[in-house]
Amino acid sequence: MPHSCLSLTAIHQPNTGGYEVTALTLKRLALTAIGLMAAFPGAAMAQDAGATLIQEGGYAHDGQLGLQRSVTPIMDSIVAFHDGVLMWTITAIVLLVLALLVIVVVRFNAKANPVPSRFTHNTVVEVVWTVVPIIILIVIAVPSFGVLADQITVPDGERKYLGSNIFSFGEVEVPAPEVTVKATGEQWFWTYEYVDQGLFFDSYMLNEEARLAEEVVQPRLLAVDNELVVPVGTTVRLQVTAAPTGVIHAFALPSFGIKIDAVPGRLNETWFNAEETGMFYGQCSELCGKDHAFMPIAIRVVEREEYDAFIAAFENGSYDDAQATLVAAR
Amino acid sequence: MANADAAHLEAHATGHDSAAEHDHGPTGWRRWLYSTNHKDIGIMYLVFSIIAGVIGGVLSGFMRMELQEPGIQIFHGLAAMSYGLEGDAALDAGKHMYNVFTTAHALIMVFFTVMPATVGGFGNYFAPLMIGAPDTAFPRINNIAFWLLPPAFLLTLMSLFFEGPAGMYGSGGGWTIYPPFSTSGQPGPAMDFVILSLHVAGISSILGAINLITTIFNMRAPGMTLHKMPLFAWATLVTAFLLLLALPVLAGGITMLLTDRNFGTTFFAPAGGGDPILFQHLFWFFGHPEVYIMILPGFGIVSHIVSTFSRKPIFGYLAMVYAMVAIGFVGFVVWAHHMYTTGLSLDVQRYFVAATMVIAVPTGVKIFSWIATMWGGSISFRTPMLWAIGFIFLFTVGGVTGVVLANAGADRALHDTYYVVAHFHYVLSLGAVFTMFAGWYYWYPKMFGLLYNEKLANAHFWVMFVGVNLIFFPQHFLGLAGMPRRYIDYPDAYGMWNRVSSIGYYITFISLLIFFWVMIDSVRKKRKAPDNPWGDGATTLEWTLSSPPPYHSFSTLPKIDSTNAH
Repeated sequence: MPHSCLSLTAIHQPNTGGYEVTALTLKRLALTAIGLMAAFPGAAMAQDAGATLIQEGGYAHDGQLGLQRSVTPIMDSIVAFHDGVLMWTITAIVLLVLALLVIVVVRFNAKANPVPSRFTHNTVVEVVWTVVPIIILIVIAVPSFGVLADQITVPDGERKYLGSNIFSFGEVEVPAPEVTVKATGEQWFWTYEYVDQGLFFDSYMLNEEARLAEEVVQPRLLAVDNELVVPVGTTVRLQVTAAPTGVIHAFALPSFGIKIDAVPGRLNETWFNAEETGMFYGQCSELCGKDHAFMPIAIRVVEREEYDAFIAAFENGSYDDAQATLVAAR
Repeated sequence: MANADAAHLEAHATGHDSAAEHDHGPTGWRRWLYSTNHKDIGIMYLVFSIIAGVIGGVLSGFMRMELQEPGIQIFHGLAAMSYGLEGDAALDAGKHMYNVFTTAHALIMVFFTVMPATVGGFGNYFAPLMIGAPDTAFPRINNIAFWLLPPAFLLTLMSLFFEGPAGMYGSGGGWTIYPPFSTSGQPGPAMDFVILSLHVAGISSILGAINLITTIFNMRAPGMTLHKMPLFAWATLVTAFLLLLALPVLAGGITMLLTDRNFGTTFFAPAGGGDPILFQHLFWFFGHPEVYIMILPGFGIVSHIVSTFSRKPIFGYLAMVYAMVAIGFVGFVVWAHHMYTTGLSLDVQRYFVAATMVIAVPTGVKIFSWIATMWGGSISFRTPMLWAIGFIFLFTVGGVTGVVLANAGADRALHDTYYVVAHFHYVLSLGAVFTMFAGWYYWYPKMFGLLYNEKLANAHFWVMFVGVNLIFFPQHFLGLAGMPRRYIDYPDAYGMWNRVSSIGYYITFISLLIFFWVMIDSVRKKRKAPDNPWGDGATTLEWTLSSPPPYHSFSTLPKIDSTNAH
């Protein structure tokens, strides 16, 4: 496997001596102790000078409470399942238990109820609290199995997918895959291959200098030198593995609803069909060593014509030539 | 054989009629080092657990300080100080050191804090008392089971100072030690230390489990049938079975890891026809029952506390017993829900989704039965009861997020994110640890014959309750937003909730200072505890004995009649 030599490979954090750092930490602790409130305004955070590429789109925003924004039918179904079914169910259960505890504390404390009753059985309630959870679980399981089957089943062009309507029998049409991409996890970068054309390239995280020097500044720890480029509205078959002598990684892209392990000696497969153009970010999701946090995944979804031009330029030249065809759009 | 033992011990116990006679037993340091007494060994387990817990807790403190803000704050400095490295070498060693800290934190908390406290400590001390036995069946095995733990712990601690990956120190593969990162990924001896540590700790647990199972099956007092046995003894019995069945599988897995590393086998190396995923199956076949090993004794403790302070018998005793048995049983057939992203087939994932969700049913039975035990009671909110009620609520929160994660479809978005970290800390760091403190405050007067300042102890509870929730609740948000686990640095978007989480840690740390203050205060004031400080709600056998109980507990074996069962 060729490893193109890149100047932008390693991550160089500013490196201070240990003692200074410890002093700094103590100062931070002191500041923390002084004011809890200081913690809450997110504004205190180190923000980039320039605007990031897609603040609201392909990755999380500060203080975010829920899942990342969906741009695929698969993530649509995960969001619908989690936000629409699971969250309500578990919130209701927790509130029920909390309410029961509050009632017990208020009504049956020693002052309010000096003489305890002695009952130890009540067949009716015991049956209820066994059967009702079973019913709830079945109600959860129905969409759960559907959402799962969608994720695992690569489209053949005929199968209908759930999308947001997870209680349906499938109403979203997804075309059969037209593009096959293979992602290989290495310590600590990703190698992508356009399998149909036999084109491949490495994708490293940008160090801070290079990241801030770019025209459009991308988010820290997510920006890469060479992103994977795929066409919008097209089903992409994604094969994931790791270097044969390497370690396990995991390919994750939250907005697409995909996460699959990159295992040496195994070829895992998943798929996505992005419905929007833009830059979308993910991160390695299986502990793989010291730079586990520094091998992000960036996928740029472009219009079909742009993709065709990109691939043509890549076939006739290099990744850099191909990337140059997209700069205007960036 | 065991019956003969019991008979022997009975005769032995009745030979002495007064409390606290040590005339024939060793004294001074020999009393502890040579100890074959289940109560002394139990105390040693508890002290060991507290020491290990402090070390594990401090490790997590460094992690929370590091994560307080985006960027790498302290670990390259720590590596520079600890290993004498400079520049980029220090930075690299620091990044690895963070992984070493997460690994050591988990190993220490699981194997050297929670298990020694719940099974070794409370199980050893109170399961024999509750079943009316003068000691455990195999007192010498009990001794060696405990004394294997300090060397095991030492091996884990030593691993921090040996080479892992080239040029870096310690084992940083997570407590799950997945190959190939734990084989070819970290060739240095640090990982071998961890493997040997787990072997020794595993032998300790297996011996302890054999002892407890034999004791509970053979040494119950006359009239105490299994269905009259107190729930904590039941919890200990089920836990011991889980240990006995799960740990050999771990031992097998890590032995294969050891031979892969050192003797040229390729069980987990694809180059030689092996498969890294095989290890994950072996690990989680142990690892999932392991989480029930950590929480089941707590279920037992909470049942007694809820009943005692509600002054009401346990609601649905048999359902409680068989819920634990069911949880233990089903806990063995759900392991691959930790592996949804490894590339399991659709049918396999469907099975593990269904099987995992089944566990919610017996767990729900337990939660509702605790509440039903309180219902109609006359509850006094003494310190142990606060911890027990806190546990019920926090365990519910951790339990329902478990239901979310059980669904492979939803787990796709949450696997290996902070949502998982939040989930298992709610059931363990908040659940299991709250039951440990509940048990500690419930039985402290019995074990040490001393009372403690309840106002201070309640302050410990409230500060810790706020602290741990502040640490772990925001981590749900981080996980949903996609922040991966085991990251020394994170995109700036995760800054706010990480800061809140770190503040929670400092509050929790203060609560632990209060805990030690409570203990020091109790030892200094020396207020003598009565035999039963909790009133007529405390009905199990340990409260019929003096505080602390005599050397062999029962000078005449108690007779259990049908009216005062459990």
